[in-house]
Parts: sequence; C-alpha cells; structure tokens
Amino acid sequence: MRRHRILIVEDSPTMRQLLVFALKRIQGAEIVEARDGMDGLRKVTSDHFDLALVDINMPVMDGLKLIHLIRDEESLKAMPIVVITTEGADEDRERAMALGADEYLTKPVQAGKVLAVVKGLLKV
Amino acid sequence: MSQKDSDLFERASEFLAMFRRGAEFTRELVEENARLRRQQLEFETRQNDAAQDPKEWDRLREELVDRIQGLESEHQDALERLGALEQENRSFAERFLQIEEENNNLANLYVASFQLHSTLDLQEVVRIVVEIVINLVGAEVLCVFALDERTNRLEPVAAEGRERSSFGSVRLGEGSIGAAVEQGEIVYRENLTESAPDDPLVCIPLCVGEKPIGAIALFGLLVQKERFTPLDHELFTLLGGHAATAMLAAQLHGQSERKLNTMQGLIELLTK
Repeated sequence: MRRHRILIVEDSPTMRQLLVFALKRIQGAEIVEARDGMDGLRKVTSDHFDLALVDINMPVMDGLKLIHLIRDEESLKAMPIVVITTEGADEDRERAMALGADEYLTKPVQAGKVLAVVKGLLKV
Repeated sequence: MSQKDSDLFERASEFLAMFRRGAEFTRELVEENARLRRQQLEFETRQNDAAQDPKEWDRLREELVDRIQGLESEHQDALERLGALEQENRSFAERFLQIEEENNNLANLYVASFQLHSTLDLQEVVRIVVEIVINLVGAEVLCVFALDERTNRLEPVAAEGRERSSFGSVRLGEGSIGAAVEQGEIVYRENLTESAPDDPLVCIPLCVGEKPIGAIALFGLLVQKERFTPLDHELFTLLGGHAATAMLAAQLHGQSERKLNTMQGLIELLTK
C-alpha cells in the first residue's frame, strides 16, 4: 500500500486538529503539522511530501510567501497545494492560484470537502 | 533401433492419436446430427398433426400463450425487483450522505470541545474561543465578554475584526447582549443581512448551570458565509456550555494558583 505524506501548514491548533481528523480517513496517510509558514518551509524542503495544505494568514511567514517559495524550488513544482483560508474575496483566490496553488477552499470548511479535494489531487 | 527409427515411431503414434481424436469427433458429430434430425422430425410431426387436428392446434396455441404470459410475468417481476433495488440504492446513498454530514459535524464539535478543555490558562481559553468562532463558524467581527461580578457588567476580554476598545462594557440585562446573558438564551438578530455594526448577529451567553460567566457576540461574518447552518447552532450551544466551563475552570485555577503562591510566600516568610 502506497503511503501519502501530507503537510498541514496552519497556525490554528483547532484547524490543524480538524484537518488531521479528516485526512486520517485516507488509507496510508502520514500527516505532518507545521504551525507557521517558516516551519512549513523547513519541513517541506527537508522531507518528501505528496501534498500540502496551506493557510494564508499565519505569523512569521504567510501562506502566499510559502507557496511562492515552494514553487521556486524545482523539486517541489509538481507537489499539489491546497489553500484553506478565511480570505474569501476573488482577488485573494486569484492571487493564490497565480502563485501556484491547485485548490482554494474558504473557511469554515467541512472535513468531508477537504477530504474529497485531497483525495482527488492524490488520485486515491 | 536407430534414433531415426525411434523418431519415426513417435511421429506415427502422434499421427494415430490425432486420427483417433478426429474419428471420435466425427462420431460425436454424426450422433448429434442424428439427434437433431429426430427432434426436427418430432416437431414436424407435431406441426402436421396440429395442422390437421384443430384440437391439437388449440392445445399448442394455449401452451404458447401460457408460456408467453409466464415470461411476461417473470419480466414484470424482474422489473419490479430492479425498481425496488434502485430505490433501496438511492435511499442507501442518501443515508450515506446524511451519515457523512453527521460525521463531519461531530468532528467539528469534538475538535471544538477538545480544544476548549485542553488548557487551564484563561487567556488561552479565550484565544481558543475566538479561534473556534472564526475557523469553525466563519465570523469576521466578534467580541468575547466576561462578567465582572463586582460591577455586574460584561467587559470585553478579546475581540477580532475590530479593536477591543471599540466594544464597550455592557450592563447585565441591558441591550441584546446583556439580555441574552441575563436570560441565559442565545439571541439572534432578526435581519442578518441588515448592516448594524453595534447590534450583534448572534449573542451566545456563557453560563455554567444558572451562573452567567460572560458572552460571545458575533457582529459580522466572512464574505463567503451567507447564513448560519444547523452545525453553527450546535456549535453555539456547545460554546455556551463548554466555553463557560473552560473559562470558569481556568479562572478558578488562576485564583488557586495565586492563593497558593501567596501562602507559600507567607510560609517562607514565617519559617525564615
């Protein structure tokens, strides 16, 4: 069975727990948590991940900067990125998608919706 | 015997075996042919008899009509069974979606409850309350009030979307926030779309039993949040009880910590 390594970059412990809860339903999923953009960058560049869930508003380094840096890294260009944010305006969505995000979900988000999107991107 | 002779015998035996199989197959074909001829003859005889004898013809026709009716009835049964199975399938799919939704809602409620009781630090509890209301409900502007028992006023202790100082303190029983806390009931603004920055969309009183602790007032929702969902109402009820318990526990813990420190300081002073 193939293992799927997923990185959650989110400053809210509540959201992290909810996302872990949802993603645990993917068979063979290994979930790693990062509490801000910088922590996320450190983790994503030092280990292999099949997908990353990224919040936008975070301390130390925001999600948009993180997506930009991830897409600058040759080895991470193809890794799917799902943005989960409170920012629901069209221009925020367009900015994130232009930087290289694959999906853009707005909070409050249902665990089932996240699961469906992640499964679709991981093709499981 | 030379190798050449041996090969020759082997090939001859193979040829003989093949010939026998061919013979056997031909015999089977002849038998099948004979059987089919007999059957054809039988049918022709019945057909001729029927053509000459109207009774036999009627009997044959009745047999065929019965057979057709039987097949039609079987076909109808099969269609009905298929319809019932499709209906069952649809209701299973609907039930699955309902359970999926309930599961997701329970996940939200579990996470909210887990987080609220994960600390005994009052500031941390209040931060978690704000986080839950933003992330799980989708509020943009909110304020958490704590009841000051000496003055009987609700004082803002945390805010999001606006400066905390912009939310004034509220006397218990006054306005929608004060009334909600005094009555211990969640109060919703009638018109959610109407812009009224100082009138909360919803006010959730925080009570432990009958004892009021404070309130959470939501003044604005995120752009993508159009209305409250059934899950939001569940979350409000959960927050009303669990956030209040968590805040009271944290307050009591803080007080006991302070008392302990004072007593320890006093003991140290006396024993020196």
